[in-house]
Amino acid sequence: MITFQNVTKIFPLNIPGKESTLALDNVSFEIKEGEFVSLVGRSGAGKTTLLKLILAEEKPTKGKIFFEKEEINKIKAEKLPALRRKIGAVFQDYKLLPKKTTYENAAFVMEVIGASDLEISRDVPKVLEIVGLKERMNNFPAELSAGEKQRLSIARALIHRPKVILADEPTGNLDPYNTLDIIKLLLKIHEMGTTLVLATHNREIVNSLEKRVITLEKGKIIRDEEKGRFIL
Amino acid sequence: MLITLKRIFKSGWQNFTRDGGIAAATCFVLVITIFLVSTIFLLKDVGQFLIMNLEEKADISIYFKDGVEEEEILAVKEKVSKIPEVKEVTYISKETALEEFIKRHKDDSVLMESLWEVGGNPFLASLSIQAWQAGQYSAITDFLGNPDFQNLVEKIDYYQRKEIIEKIFSLSTLFNKVSLGLSIILIITAILVTFNTIRLAILNSSEEIKIQRLVGASNGFIRGPFLVQGLIAGLISGLISLIIFSFTSWFLSPKIEFFFAGLNIFNLFMKNLGIIVLLQIFTGIFLAITSSTIAIRKYLKV
Repeated sequence: MITFQNVTKIFPLNIPGKESTLALDNVSFEIKEGEFVSLVGRSGAGKTTLLKLILAEEKPTKGKIFFEKEEINKIKAEKLPALRRKIGAVFQDYKLLPKKTTYENAAFVMEVIGASDLEISRDVPKVLEIVGLKERMNNFPAELSAGEKQRLSIARALIHRPKVILADEPTGNLDPYNTLDIIKLLLKIHEMGTTLVLATHNREIVNSLEKRVITLEKGKIIRDEEKGRFIL
Repeated sequence: MLITLKRIFKSGWQNFTRDGGIAAATCFVLVITIFLVSTIFLLKDVGQFLIMNLEEKADISIYFKDGVEEEEILAVKEKVSKIPEVKEVTYISKETALEEFIKRHKDDSVLMESLWEVGGNPFLASLSIQAWQAGQYSAITDFLGNPDFQNLVEKIDYYQRKEIIEKIFSLSTLFNKVSLGLSIILIITAILVTFNTIRLAILNSSEEIKIQRLVGASNGFIRGPFLVQGLIAGLISGLISLIIFSFTSWFLSPKIEFFFAGLNIFNLFMKNLGIIVLLQIFTGIFLAITSSTIAIRKYLKV
């Protein structure tokens, strides 16, 4: 489903005397449909860059990235929305729309894909119930706790039934109780058949999942194991 | 398509109402700009009225010798009217001149006594001539310098008034130039201030635009609500300006008319109401939408 072929990403620095940053160094791997993959590594290992490349937020310096046989970096700007609608994204900083309510934030993606009003009014309350936010439907993001914000971010990522969900440090800002809730939610989504890519540096989570683990260090893949563990 | 349009309008309206402070600031700046543009538009008419008034006061008079028959004067009037530079010729008979003098100075006892002292009618019949432009008066006097007229004409008072006539006309040309230059500078300044205010308001939403791009919204779907917001701000500002403008002109009209007889600002406003309404609403919508379009473009590259 997602294929990386010898991908290198260098962030050039325009400051004299400073070297460019090598974020990913000749990375190759494949993620199959229905897989749950954890990307682990220290901060700055290249996890977020890798997810940004899948979402076409960044372009690779070298190499090719494919999403369902389509080369992502060759997609024209006007065709990018179509790619992104197939992907659900969960961010560490939630990236919610501040001027929209919980309901409207979740409904936004459905509006974007052109769902009917009937579908929206049927699906949004259901998904908000799944993530435990039915009672907070009319609240704005500023009125939600960190855990609630992240749950809303997950609701938004899954509401249009994307083929893959990318979760970038979704538990990074949460306490252990909320962390557990979020991971349970992600597992539930995966069980429903969605491919899941989870970037994290939480050892306990990765070890408890017993799923495929790709370990990154200084932009290189140093380990890729089925039922892997967090080893650094 | 229809459902997308409906969503864009709904979202634009929501953003506008939920953005209270920023929406109010944008409208405030827009109202000032629209008000300025409308004032300049109306001032153009006021200026023209004042210049016309001044220009009407500039004329030359030809005084005929005592004893010249009225038919002869009217024949001269006929000939003068045919000169292309002449705008208007008015005949003032000896009797009319006396009547006007008495009417004008009836309260001035010294002047009236002097008039009775002189006895009879000391005034001369005259033709008052107005030209289209200041430079044309000399052509008219040249024509009147013709030997055919010399035994009829007592005096031509152009040479005494030449300086003041030229001053009036050069003043009106200067007024036109200065007001045009000032209008352009003011309008450009107002447009830049409006553009900057809207740009800052959108800068505030740059993160939001990025998020919308990342969750798969097309550029049109993101841009739409901002344009609707601009449209609403423009429309509301246009209407506010219209209300303020009509009230101000209604209130100031009698006061201005007191100083400049015949200049009724409110009537002028009502006469141009259609154009002013269009100008105000169009300026508001045009400014808001153009500024939003330019400002959003930068953030749609994610």
